[in-house]
Amino acid sequence: MTKHVAVVGAGLGGLRAAEQLRAAGHDGPITVIGAEAHLPYNRPPLSKELLAHELLGGSGADDGETETLAALHQRVEFRRRASVADVTFRLGAAVTESDLPSGTLTLADGDTVRADGLIAATGLRPRRLNLPGPAGLGSGRHVLRTIDDLAGLRAELRAALREAVALEPSSPAAGRVPRLAAGPAATAIAGLPRPRVVVVGGGFVGCEVACTALSLGCEVTVVEPLGPPMLRVLGAELATAVQANHERAGISFVIGQAVIAYTGQDRVTGVVIADGTDPGSARIPGGPASGGHALAGAVLPADLVIEAIGSIPNTEWLAGNGLDLSDGVLCDNKLAVVAGTYPGVPVTAVGDVARFPNPLFDDVPRRVEHWSMPTDTARRAAATLHAQLSGAPVDTTPFRPLPSFWSDQGELRMWSFGSPGLADDVEITEGDLRELTQGLLATYRRGGELVGSVAVNLPPLRHRALREALLK
Amino acid sequence: MRIEVDFNVCADHGQCAIAAPDIFRINDEGHLVFDASPDEALRADAEDAADACPEQAITILD
Repeated sequence: MTKHVAVVGAGLGGLRAAEQLRAAGHDGPITVIGAEAHLPYNRPPLSKELLAHELLGGSGADDGETETLAALHQRVEFRRRASVADVTFRLGAAVTESDLPSGTLTLADGDTVRADGLIAATGLRPRRLNLPGPAGLGSGRHVLRTIDDLAGLRAELRAALREAVALEPSSPAAGRVPRLAAGPAATAIAGLPRPRVVVVGGGFVGCEVACTALSLGCEVTVVEPLGPPMLRVLGAELATAVQANHERAGISFVIGQAVIAYTGQDRVTGVVIADGTDPGSARIPGGPASGGHALAGAVLPADLVIEAIGSIPNTEWLAGNGLDLSDGVLCDNKLAVVAGTYPGVPVTAVGDVARFPNPLFDDVPRRVEHWSMPTDTARRAAATLHAQLSGAPVDTTPFRPLPSFWSDQGELRMWSFGSPGLADDVEITEGDLRELTQGLLATYRRGGELVGSVAVNLPPLRHRALREALLK
Repeated sequence: MRIEVDFNVCADHGQCAIAAPDIFRINDEGHLVFDASPDEALRADAEDAADACPEQAITILD
């Protein structure tokens, strides 16, 4: 009897799950259900190339309209394997509820879908700051996760760049988008007022956006309460060196301060910062009673704010089924959702929502928000589900995927292999922390054992050996 | 099997050369070179390489 599989989530993980179901031999119907209205697309360019696309340099006086959402999407849409040509994509409606005993999913538009097996691939959504001040569409506060987020941010960036030039009457380019060289080109329009961008959060996405905004000619400040940027992954030494590199390029960092409020009526005009590591925890004298406007702390002027303070796994739709949803969805090493006592259709999970033990490191289940994980986990999750549905034995070979991701930041290209964040010891094994652009290798160990490598501006020819050392 | 790489998008990350070393290679200048019509037996490797490409620059045409 053919079995129907519903893949919940239509990002990288959802697409790969469908492809890998076919590769595993599943020949029954597959429905991929996505909250976003778009076919699966690649997210990394959203903070880099696609954010800068045609805002940088090339755009002329009259072709400067923001590219349509569809055109932007087309630039990053994934190619789909021929094997998934018959897969139904049900887009623009999130799954809001699930009943695993019956295999029934309820969608935001009220529809229901019944399936014999499920793959959870719902990914993440950005954390938001709940702070006094302007909020919502048009407030100048942005997050960057989806292509819709990107389109909104691009529109405001473009407007701000135009306005900055238009404010300078003597500029021959008044009213036009400034032509800028690639790279840290902020000085290319010296003398012109520059749009002021504050990035809240000094993680990888925050730093990428900061570097892109700088390259577009914005004045950029990154606010991070916990320490130098990307501290948790890179370790203090390398994080400090990357900060110094970015500061030399022209980005300002406010470290050890938390954002406690925004100024402005309908639109953000500034970011209020105060000592502390927990956003929102700092006391606001006068507080809500005074409308939140009598604030302690310094104000960083801002035309645009981008909040990049981490993500929340989308697992609410699985609630009520007796699963462990404390951080993503708990899975075993085969990516089967740990069932506890729930009776129901089999469920596996892929990508950012899957919390599973990786024997490459230890037996602690963890979520890994790295770009390589959806593809790797989809292969195993699909094989496991297909075996469960077809009654075949489930492969119990240990699943030991090597996490990896990259980050392009100005002149720096970082590649991370393994889990540097687990390390208790970081050694700079190659290169000079003051000359990151010349190439540097950081080696991460835990209890003396290699757990990760970060290569900064090292040629890709070196990557294979770095991977193989971790897979030993 | 025919393979196409969009060099407007390719950023020489070299991940394809790790996934499918018989098709893709990073040369001594650090740039990608590849076999545009590899043997059919390498299809699975080619699919892996296309999946692994951070810029999604690789297309398998047939």
